[in-house]
Parts: sequence; structure tokens; C-alpha cells
Amino acid sequence: MKELSLNILDIAENSVKAGASLTEILIDEDNEKIVITVRDNGCGMTEETVKAAQNPFYTTRTTRSVGLGIPLFKEQAEMTGGSLTLSSKHKEQYPDTHGTVISASFYKNHIDCTPLGDVAASIVTLVQGHPEVDFLFEHKTDRGVVALDTRQLREILGNEVSLSSYEVIVWIGQYLKEQYTENH
Amino acid sequence: MKSLAELQAIKEKMKNKVVIREGGEEVRVVVGMATCGIAAGARPVLAAMVEEVEALGLSGKVSVSQTGCIGICQYEPVVEIMEAGKEKVTYVKMTAEKAKRVAKEHLKDGKVVAEYTLSGVKA
Repeated sequence: MKELSLNILDIAENSVKAGASLTEILIDEDNEKIVITVRDNGCGMTEETVKAAQNPFYTTRTTRSVGLGIPLFKEQAEMTGGSLTLSSKHKEQYPDTHGTVISASFYKNHIDCTPLGDVAASIVTLVQGHPEVDFLFEHKTDRGVVALDTRQLREILGNEVSLSSYEVIVWIGQYLKEQYTENH
Repeated sequence: MKSLAELQAIKEKMKNKVVIREGGEEVRVVVGMATCGIAAGARPVLAAMVEEVEALGLSGKVSVSQTGCIGICQYEPVVEIMEAGKEKVTYVKMTAEKAKRVAKEHLKDGKVVAEYTLSGVKA
């Protein structure tokens, strides 16, 4: 992946596929490190699946026998001296608190660190593709926070206007870009 | 500065539009958004398609959505166009520029851009 923002899009797609009604995308950045966390309340994985998910030759997909999303993200983190952790609670064992958390850390000054890229575009893509579920996005740096909570937007828009309406999608893109210009 | 209050205005405007839309969407455009598609550049392809469909005034009859891996990863980014009564058209190795051309020629004028299709690329 050319941008970490593309990994974020890819990992968050898994959350949506796992039936999450809320997916949180959190980026914590300082001078030295970027920590990216994707947390969802989807169906979760069993311990066995958690182990297997980090192996590129494991996938739930039936069209192709290689699943690269998590292994790629892990390799990109490790290339910089960082790491990836994956923890999950499967719904059968944890009926009330199920979900998955993936957290990856990257050392920014390492020559092999993939640039973060256009995170706003990834958030817009997620909302466009999955207007029926919620996303909480927060990007914290020393200079401030860029944030978006679709639950807030949904409250204003009500049921008759979809979050994937063109006007809303454009608004979200501009809303995030403005925050980036002011706080970054 | 964008504010949440602006969304309220968008909502009011959209309410009227919803009524017009009720004719239903006749054409479905689907962009592959699995790991393979994303890595190959599907994000800007989707954005260009959404933008162009709106710019051409086709949003009432064309829906643009996302799907997972369809099994031809080496041809990503892939865009499929489905229309009732017609055979599915699969566009491969797409870019934002190609997406705009497909929107104009295929979605608006009804002419398949053969050179971008799976069979066109293979031939």
C-alpha cells in the first residue's frame, strides 16, 4: 500500500463486514510515532482466527485463498520498528462486549515508513460505501484534533437523507479538509 | 468554515430531491473495494465515478456502490456496470480518468468503452 490511509480503509472494511454498527478509527501522532487503532463492535473472532488472521495464507474469502490485509499492515508497521497487535472477543463467548481491536504503531522517521496519505479520502469512501453504519474518526496530533462522528450527522439528517447522498459526502470531505488545514 | 448547521440546510434541500428520485435506479455501478482493489487504486476511481455521475446529472438513474474482491485481483481496480436486460460490463485496470470517460460514454451516452473492458484488455 502506498499510503497508510489505504490500509486504514482496508482494515475498516473488515469491521463493516464483521457486522459492526460502530467502527472507531483513531490516529495518535507525535513527533516520533503514529499509532493507528481500528476498534469495532462486530462479531469478533475466536482465538484461533485471531492467530490465523495474521497469516497471509488465511482468508474468509472464497474467491481467492490469500488474505493480505492484516499481514500487509503488520509488515508495514514492523518495517519501521513498530508493531501490530490484534485482539478480539467473539460474540459466542462475549455476547455483550464482542468486537475487534487492531492497533499498529509506526516510527515516522524510519526510512521505510509509509506516508499516512489522504485519511480524509478514506473516511469519505467508508461513509459512501456504508451509510447504514457509524464511524467515529479522531486524528490527534500536537497541534490539535481532526474528528468526525457519523452518529452526530445522522442525528441531524434523520432517516430521510442518507449519509451517502452526494451533498453529504462532499460536505464530509470538506469538513475534514478544513479541520486538517486548521489543526495540522 | 463548515458547520453542522449546514447539514440541516442540506437535509431540507435533499427532502425535495428524494421525491424526484422515486423513479428508481436503473443502472448499478459497483467498484471493487477489497485489499486488492484498494492497493491498486480503487479509492480515487470510486471518488471520480461518484463525482462524474453527479456532474452529468445521472444520480437519479445510476447508483454507485462498493463491493469486495471479485476474484480477478490482477485486473484491479475493477468497475462493474449492471443494467436490467443487458449483459454485465466489467471494466478493468481503471483510473480516475478512465472512470470519467466511462461515466460519460457508457452511463450517459450508452456506448460501452470496449478498450477498458476485461475482454478488450485480454484481446
